Amino acid sequence: MTSLLKNSELSLEKADKIVSETLNSCDDGELYVEDTKSETIVLDDNKIKSSNYTSDLGYGFRAVTGDTVAYSHSNEISEKSLKNSSDNLKSTLKNNSGTYNSEIKKTNQKLYKDIDPIESKSMKSKIELLNNMNEYARSKDSSVKQVTASLLAEKKNIEIIRSGGELLSDNRPLVRINMSVMVEKNGRKETGVYGIGGRQDYDEYLKNDNWKKVCDEAFRIANTNIESKPSPAGEMKVVLGPGWPAILIHEAVGHGLEGDFNRKKTSAFHDLVGKKVASKGVTIIDDGTIDNRRGSLNIDDEGTPTERTVLIEDGILKNFMQDRLNARLMNTKSTGNGRRESYKHVVMPRMRNTIMLGGTNTQEEMIKSVDKGIFAVSFGGGQVDITSGKFVFNCTEAYEIINGKVGAPIKGATLIGDGPSSLKEILMVGNDMMLDPGIGTCGKAGQGVPVGVGQPSLLINNMTVGGTQL
Amino acid sequence: MIKDQDYLKKIADICLSKSKKLGSTDASILVQSSVSENINVRNKKLDGSERSENLGVVLTTYLGKKKSSIASSNLKESNLNELVDRCIETMKITPEDEYNSLPDKDLHFSGLKDLDLYDETHLSNEDKINYIKEAEDEAFSNNKIVNTNGSGFGENKSNFLLANSNGFADGYKTSQFTAYCEVVSKSNGSMERDYEYTSKRFYNDILKPKDLGSIAADHAVKKLNPKKIKSEKISLIFDKRISKNFLSIFASAISSSAIAKGTTFLKDKLNQKVFNTELNINDRGDIKKANGSRYFDSEGIGIINLDLIKNGILQDYLIDTYNGKKINRKSNGRASGTTNLYFENGSKTFNELIKSEKKLLYIKETIGHGTNIINGDYSVGASGIMIENGEFSYPVSEITIAGNLNNIFQNITLADDLEFNYSTNSPTMHVEGMIVGGK
Repeated sequence: MTSLLKNSELSLEKADKIVSETLNSCDDGELYVEDTKSETIVLDDNKIKSSNYTSDLGYGFRAVTGDTVAYSHSNEISEKSLKNSSDNLKSTLKNNSGTYNSEIKKTNQKLYKDIDPIESKSMKSKIELLNNMNEYARSKDSSVKQVTASLLAEKKNIEIIRSGGELLSDNRPLVRINMSVMVEKNGRKETGVYGIGGRQDYDEYLKNDNWKKVCDEAFRIANTNIESKPSPAGEMKVVLGPGWPAILIHEAVGHGLEGDFNRKKTSAFHDLVGKKVASKGVTIIDDGTIDNRRGSLNIDDEGTPTERTVLIEDGILKNFMQDRLNARLMNTKSTGNGRRESYKHVVMPRMRNTIMLGGTNTQEEMIKSVDKGIFAVSFGGGQVDITSGKFVFNCTEAYEIINGKVGAPIKGATLIGDGPSSLKEILMVGNDMMLDPGIGTCGKAGQGVPVGVGQPSLLINNMTVGGTQL
Repeated sequence: MIKDQDYLKKIADICLSKSKKLGSTDASILVQSSVSENINVRNKKLDGSERSENLGVVLTTYLGKKKSSIASSNLKESNLNELVDRCIETMKITPEDEYNSLPDKDLHFSGLKDLDLYDETHLSNEDKINYIKEAEDEAFSNNKIVNTNGSGFGENKSNFLLANSNGFADGYKTSQFTAYCEVVSKSNGSMERDYEYTSKRFYNDILKPKDLGSIAADHAVKKLNPKKIKSEKISLIFDKRISKNFLSIFASAISSSAIAKGTTFLKDKLNQKVFNTELNINDRGDIKKANGSRYFDSEGIGIINLDLIKNGILQDYLIDTYNGKKINRKSNGRASGTTNLYFENGSKTFNELIKSEKKLLYIKETIGHGTNIINGDYSVGASGIMIENGEFSYPVSEITIAGNLNNIFQNITLADDLEFNYSTNSPTMHVEGMIVGGK
């Protein structure tokens, strides 16, 4: 196996020796080495505004004993630097002593190809694509006043060296194609944003002129919003569309089911395992094993193979998402949710692809059943307060529902709810489960990681809508 | 240890001379070095330590009006050579952009560096642990505090050099000391979290640990057993930690990039009344020891003080070289955004403000990203405390607040309690008549 250390001043043997010597008296830990290349090309205001290429190489050395984590990272890869880090870890843990847990599951899981999405498409053709997207979007209507399009590709190679010399590795490609369109009509301005992506080459996502659909969708959202009226305020029924609106699941329950908050008993869900936390018929999983998805990983950032973890089954809370540290302290096994943004960050339990499975209802019957409410089709960002359980997210495309019919589009409203109680308010689960288009990034404690979500259409009995119309 | 200017200069020279050799007509480079040490404590016990050493270089090369950039943390000469090659190759096939150029030489910073931005104080891990334990001890002396989400202390030192092929080469060290305490309160089945945070360039300027802990505890306890209120139109008072967010929104709405593209609700508002006539907004980069102070921006252009709003009227934009050219304006040194941005004090005291109406809602926290800079729509989740007849009465949560920033800005009244705790600062703020979404 080739090592990321091969061109550095640090040999794998030396690294092994320092790692083993440092971690022998600890419960857990590893040396994580990362080599990331990324490229971002942005077209903005009719011009290629920037082309940036980043090459990042560094290590993060972690030692864990009990519930204390010592971490040291650097991008100077040398024996001297690693020894300094080792001394730093030892000094933090000098009063603790543990027994190293060498056990780690093995896998041959191959969820994506070992490709370099940056090199597999020429710079020339990327620039051409952006120019085409710009021209196509602007040609759709004279009301299109501004277009921003971007291409992001990344190849992240990681290696995990554990005490005893075990070496685990993963090569992770990732691409994303984004489009933002601003429309101006009758003195009003609105934007529409859309994107696609995942762990394959650009060309897989560009087949059949798929980029045109990305532009069409961004324009459609902007054009819908230009006709929107002020959103109502207050409690009402909400129908959520399938796919990306599952960020509601991500915010409302996903974060609250991460192992760290539950071990620390700061999550509103910490004492609810085995209890009913959602309506019957609601099953939610976190799956790291779907081919080529943005949130999928062969192994997590501690080396544990990812899996399909059932979080809530038919309304009952079954499992939390765990990394090795929190699993050990809670007497369970890692679920392969140990992730970090980069070598500069400590591992935490993080979501992968969080999905509510399909049910039996149709979206049509959901809408028909609502006298007054809103139909939310797409969202911008969301956020949650783990401890109180309150979460919000912002509609980027929504409509009013009056007497069982979808009415006029409404302006960007915020929806706010309570995590533990909102899942009990689910009245119908649709038969149209859909995954998101591959654009999600989740933020936690200042770290962003790529994630996926999915859900069918949902009817929620009661949520507070934050509009301006009383 | 952070690298010294000589080391940074050596790296910069390698890249600049190599790019010149390969045919670039211009180039600019940023070389950075930083070391930070953080300690986390939870429930008065050491939870973790983190030490990070970062090196980085960002190079932008120009061929006439063509441009490309690379960034790397691997500063080995062989790697740098490879990256410069790549940057030049990409640059050659990137289309021209008439606005691309290095900044105007005449605007380069060339002054005294006397702002006191570096404190060489170094705290041992023991000292950091003691500081933050003392804060948690104080928080736990409040009997409704049952848990912590973790509290931390961080010390960061950095050094950088910015250079370009027009002869600019300058840099300096900065330091930052940061502490936070995040606690969980519990009572009658209600669980809430809240925090206090302090961050300064000089160790002696941060909050004392006891104050940090007691303020965090006080915030978390005051949130317990909240009620949800009915949807209504009501005037709001924004706590200082939230009111400053309106300044950040204002700043992004007057960035020359948004102005040039027309993607802001403040386009074409120069010399017009944007806030009520009592309001003034300044951006000053020359306040000694302040978090937002700097000598020059990320292009090397000297910082001048800006009176952005005078008597409610918009006086200026935040301008960098590239976007400045698009709107026929010279850079005013804001390529890295604002420096120390603040509202000047209003004329009312805090007490006068909270007694100004019979019923007011005091907002202490907002969540969500519900600000639309393009059309000014604002809608976020919030929690706070109801004020009745000038007295704080009960906590409120799971509500939304919404309005349009064009109106919100016109309806702001400020108290006289401005403090320079962050780089963006506002006094307590009263906003008349916003829509609260609740039951």
